Amino acid sequence: MQLTGAQALIKSLEQQGVDTVFGLPGGAILPVYDPLLDSSIRHILVRHEQGAGHMAEGYALATGRPGVAIVTSGPGATNIVTPIANAHMDSTPLVVITGQVATASIGTDAFQECDITGITMGITKHNFLVQSAQELPRAVAAAFHLATTGRPGPVLIDVPKDVSQSMMDWWYPSTVDEYDLPGYRPEVDLDEDAIAGAVALIAASQRPVLYVGGGTLKSHASKELLAFAERTKMPVVTTLMARGAFPDSHDQHLGMPGMHGMYAAVTAIQRCDLLISLGARFDDRVTGRISAFAAGAKVIHVDIDRAEFNKVRQADVAIQSNVAAALVALDASSATPRSLDAWWEEIRSWQEKYPLTYDEPTDDELLRPQFVIESIARRAEPGTIVTSGVGQHQMWAAQHWKFEEPGTWINSGGAGTMGFGLPAAIGAKVGRPDRTVWCIDGDGCFQMTAQELVTARIEGIPIKVAILNNAYLGMVRQWQEMFYDERYSEVYLSAELPDYVKWAEAMGCVGMRATNLKEMADVIDEANKINDVPVVIDFRTDSSEKVFPMVAAGASNDDIMVHPSQRGA
Amino acid sequence: MAPPEPYLGKTDHTPVHHHILSVLVENKAGVLARIAGLFARRGFNIYSLAVAPAESHARFSRVTIVVDAESAPLEQIVGQLDKLVNVVAITDLAPRDAVERELLLATIQTDVANRTPLLDTLGNAGAAIVDVDPGAVTVMLAGTPAACDALERALESFADVELHRTGRVALPRLGHEPGT
Repeated sequence: MQLTGAQALIKSLEQQGVDTVFGLPGGAILPVYDPLLDSSIRHILVRHEQGAGHMAEGYALATGRPGVAIVTSGPGATNIVTPIANAHMDSTPLVVITGQVATASIGTDAFQECDITGITMGITKHNFLVQSAQELPRAVAAAFHLATTGRPGPVLIDVPKDVSQSMMDWWYPSTVDEYDLPGYRPEVDLDEDAIAGAVALIAASQRPVLYVGGGTLKSHASKELLAFAERTKMPVVTTLMARGAFPDSHDQHLGMPGMHGMYAAVTAIQRCDLLISLGARFDDRVTGRISAFAAGAKVIHVDIDRAEFNKVRQADVAIQSNVAAALVALDASSATPRSLDAWWEEIRSWQEKYPLTYDEPTDDELLRPQFVIESIARRAEPGTIVTSGVGQHQMWAAQHWKFEEPGTWINSGGAGTMGFGLPAAIGAKVGRPDRTVWCIDGDGCFQMTAQELVTARIEGIPIKVAILNNAYLGMVRQWQEMFYDERYSEVYLSAELPDYVKWAEAMGCVGMRATNLKEMADVIDEANKINDVPVVIDFRTDSSEKVFPMVAAGASNDDIMVHPSQRGA
Repeated sequence: MAPPEPYLGKTDHTPVHHHILSVLVENKAGVLARIAGLFARRGFNIYSLAVAPAESHARFSRVTIVVDAESAPLEQIVGQLDKLVNVVAITDLAPRDAVERELLLATIQTDVANRTPLLDTLGNAGAAIVDVDPGAVTVMLAGTPAACDALERALESFADVELHRTGRVALPRLGHEPGT
């Protein structure tokens, strides 16, 4: 069967089971958009390529399947660089297809030419510049294989215009060997010695902590984690990237560690004698000053990526494995720590003394952002998916929303990409139309990608957006207040401009505003009744609210600052 | 305040804690850029680098990288390098476990009448003359990095020298088990 390269590309995506792609056409990718008309694949037409990338990420994180984006060459390609970098930092499986100028024009500074494989070399797991139409199926199959196996990540396929226009004899690789990846071996055998070493450390431990990272979600290990944690009775902390991997309602769960982590979670790590890292990477936002991090602890480090071992923290036992397989092996060994009663008693005292708290909301002042989030959560159905941008609102959402299952918390962790939340919510809702999707956003983040509300309205993707509008770049404001003597430099946005209600309405969405507690309850109820169009709510919140607990940048986690009302107690 | 001298990096020769990575890669466009980019990105120092097709296969190339194992732990360098999809195999050769050789070429401007000191130097080093004309001599030494270092130092006493070194290539010393 003779096909054009473009037809072969679309057919290859169908072979991979792709049901949705996010994209925006342009010159060099034009040939690919023609056979898309005849395909069963749904194309979501975005308003900016960054939106396509973040939507694909949201889709991937909500479904566990790779997200796919298609954009054109030059600026189309560079506009999606931020989502690619974001997916690289958070190990999100993504396949990004970019158009490229014709092979004969490459290197001539042709119109809309840019070296996107060069640009994305350091922020993709791998990328391909496809040289012939005959090679396209292999590139697509290999890209999906790379994106989804081992440590997942973004893969980019750059397709020159003449490649998509020329003819090929249709074929599709049927075995991994045909992907032609002689240097790629994602499967590793469990090292029995390492397991035995871990068992010995566990058996000797009296104060263990399970430090659960995003790799636990990526390897779908929640069930194994629950079984292991319940059998061993160990305390569990879930990082920002792992929220939802272990139920927040579980009494062994201490919550999130790190810069804005729960006091008990942060302190349990500091005082533990054994830290079992499950798909976590000792990020600086978790460790604080590394030399002071869990200084008395032995470390068991489980990761599929061996380059994570000893990168930041020396491991006493390193187990190269996906988290699920390692937990199964550890469970099979019946590894059990010594009595944890004294340890739990200590932890409970921290939880009692320093629970998550904020000032009581009152009726005569601006809304408390934490209370807004808790109020939305209280009225949300189980399984609601929450996305966020980056900043204070993100931390409050991670702290105050109670996550009970995997895939319900979607945010930008490693890269800290403002504007991620809204397009990610669209992608999540496309992937999980059965779920309610709330984007908890900040006013700064919202303005970075909010043009995609048009996409959501036109494509019939009814997300709900809660803007915690404090009129500031809130996290920067918090740092300037605390560490720069309240010298506020370029952080004031405006509470009134843009008019978020009119913005929403101009884009065909429902816009609402809440300035007090009564309005807040009403608009949330109203938003929950709307299931056909996107809803945007402008919650006017208090800009003086700060995220606590907090460990200052570069400080030891021992010097955690609790909420002012808890100090001196 | 006077502007600081431009930073030229470390100018001394072979680092004390160097390791040789013999890296088999797919012979594809951009592979060298991927390796160089990785080293730059992660702050690993490359001391020398040599690339050539591997054995008779057009499909693979062998990259011999001398790395400064003080700039980053070797385990980290190997682990990150191994994640490059085009990298097929990495052999880590500690200097004591490897046979290392390097090629040095130098052109020395010297007229016929005054060549005796040069010829002595070349004789001592075991270097060969590979090209001559009335005003200059081009010499070659294939030897250990230390031998090349010695010749390079010896040639410093001659006025006008243009010198090139290839960077080393290496194979495991027989009877030693290389690390991977």
